Amino acid sequence: MALMTILDAVNKTLDEQMSLDEKVVSFGEDAGFEGGVFRATKGLQQKYGKGRSFDTPLAESAIIGGAVGMAVNGLKPVAEIQFSGFVFPAFNQIVTHVARYRNRTKGTYNLPMVIRMPYGGGIRALEHHSESIESLFAHIPGLKVVIPSTPYDTKGLLTAAIKDPDPVIFFEPKRIYRAFKQEVPETEYQVPIGKAKVVKEGKDITVVAWGALVRETEKAIKLLEKENISVELIDLRTIQPYDKETITESVKKTGRFLVVHEAYKSYGPGAELISMVNEKAFLHLEAPPTRLTGFDATIPLPKGEHHFIISPNRIASEIKKVVNF
Amino acid sequence: MLIKKFDPLKKKILEVLDYKGNIVDEKLEPKINDETLIKMYKTMLLGRVADTKALQYQRQGRMLTYAPIKGQEAAQVGVIAALEKDDWMVPAFREMAGMLYKGADLKQLFLYWYGNEEGNKFSKDLKILPISVPIASQINHAAGVAYASKLQELNEVTVAYVGDGGTSHGEFHEGVNFAATNALPLIVIIQNNQWAISTPRSVQTIAETLAQKAVAYGIPGIQVDGNDPLAMYIATKEAKERALKGDGPTIIEALTYRLGPHTTSDDPTIYRSDEELKYWEERDPLIRFKKYMIDKGLWSEELEEKQIEENNNYVNKTFKEVEGTGLIDLDEVFKYNYEIMHKDLEDQINDYKEFLESEGK
Ligand SMILES: Cc1ncc(C[n+]2csc(CCOP(=O)(O)OP(=O)(O)O)c2C)c(N)n1
Repeated sequence: MALMTILDAVNKTLDEQMSLDEKVVSFGEDAGFEGGVFRATKGLQQKYGKGRSFDTPLAESAIIGGAVGMAVNGLKPVAEIQFSGFVFPAFNQIVTHVARYRNRTKGTYNLPMVIRMPYGGGIRALEHHSESIESLFAHIPGLKVVIPSTPYDTKGLLTAAIKDPDPVIFFEPKRIYRAFKQEVPETEYQVPIGKAKVVKEGKDITVVAWGALVRETEKAIKLLEKENISVELIDLRTIQPYDKETITESVKKTGRFLVVHEAYKSYGPGAELISMVNEKAFLHLEAPPTRLTGFDATIPLPKGEHHFIISPNRIASEIKKVVNF
Repeated sequence: MLIKKFDPLKKKILEVLDYKGNIVDEKLEPKINDETLIKMYKTMLLGRVADTKALQYQRQGRMLTYAPIKGQEAAQVGVIAALEKDDWMVPAFREMAGMLYKGADLKQLFLYWYGNEEGNKFSKDLKILPISVPIASQINHAAGVAYASKLQELNEVTVAYVGDGGTSHGEFHEGVNFAATNALPLIVIIQNNQWAISTPRSVQTIAETLAQKAVAYGIPGIQVDGNDPLAMYIATKEAKERALKGDGPTIIEALTYRLGPHTTSDDPTIYRSDEELKYWEERDPLIRFKKYMIDKGLWSEELEEKQIEENNNYVNKTFKEVEGTGLIDLDEVFKYNYEIMHKDLEDQINDYKEFLESEGK
């Protein structure tokens, strides 16, 4: 065991997987020599050489299109997109090829590849550095979308993603990259993709969150303790394919449902989760399933970002509304 | 034609001033009037002072992430000085000195890095497009602007900026090719400052020069000493002439150097040597241009001292105003998403306002 941040966990996982499997390669803009702008790939080039850990030219579609070719030809690419806001030049590759390769070759070629990208707001960053765009990928058949919220899960999920025979979009919540440390095993283990985690059991309401908002929801739960509201908190961990059973079981027990996400509201992940809850647990509901989300407006630059931060107080207030419906 | 004479494939580099400020070839010295020369120098100096201070403000926690321009002033001012008011400027994000020359307000330029969208709201008559962070995406916009100039028979050219890293991007290729196939009045300035964050120019392409990429598009490309404002000026003038004659786009590769960090979040000591930095510090565009201006009798140490003090005061005063703008109002965040806000968004805002009220805010 070692104390690690989420960022350390990313780095250690890549290191471990590259040492265990020589087919694993890591690359991206500034991801080789310097180890990435967040240093998530630090030390890998020094340890595994320029062949397996390298800087690419500044071109996202080359990074992702190249990863497709590498995966076809026997490698396990872990591509880094510097910030999720810059994935769009590669969106063509992801949607038209990465997601469809297995299907359109009738299983001849699968793509065991991972696309890592830091994502999310709350760090007072420049334009295009604060969006939460998980639903753009979760909507596309053929992709898996994973978002860890703890160092332990980061290592387990990234390991699972690298070993997964299909492409995984791995979003890293950069707001909590260095926020806290946790004891993490220094040997290989996996956290299964597609499995949510009950962070805290409760009986009045089910709240689903992921990424940086898991911790914010935990803070909200603390605020509510003195009001005697008992919250069951679920960390979704995998956005697609997601864990319907864990959520359904919980809602059947609590009778209330709230999903909290940073992403824009309309057609966002919350819309999917609420539909599912309606389909699977309708007769158990005591209040309308509800979402607390980003506004349907372009996320502002830092001097306006405070309006978009989903604070523990806001989460607590929303929980109360649903419970007191 | 300079552009023919300075063939990048023959390793020719256009320069007028050497790095010490001596004229290399008198025949090349442009006849720029004194007033313009003084404006050019003063803008470069203001750019330098504003840049130095922006970094200080950031270190003091008063400014957010900022992308310094130090060392690249000539590659910007030399170009924009060769344009007319009607010409367009399409920046990347490291062109503060060029934007100042084009008439942008320092307060506004600072507001962008201060985290306020007002920083992108240039008055339309300045003809400056907003900063473009997604690398090279602006090249396609510039091609479109130039297409519209051509179709509407407007006597104007467009100057687009991109970095050395940006030339690897599909958008660079697509935009330049689009402009070339339509013989558009576009000038593409590649500020080759040798680094894209930690990635050296040599990782972007194994081609000897970036200017020679023009060959494949069937258009001229020229390598220019980008720290020499006079060389940048004459190259731009000629590219502009071609553009207005209907001869199409030109690529100008400005050989320059980012003397500062990539942004305030970057630590350049990780990837570049002190010797390299020192080499380029000696080639600082301000050193040579100052010498030229003094030789011409247009500048002096006394004027320099006075100007720097004036700039210091102006930049401090401007930044005070920037800090006075504070946080952005809630309504301001939503106002510009559509011409007419849709009902659901109004509801979302009202829900949020209710929450704020319940909090006593
Ligand atoms: C499409 C895209 N990918 C990645 C980034 C992140 N990024 C910001 S600046 C930069 C390097 C740019 O280098 P260059 O084009 O040489 O310009 P310079 O920063 O040196 O002025 C990168 C990779 C981005 N802004 N846009």
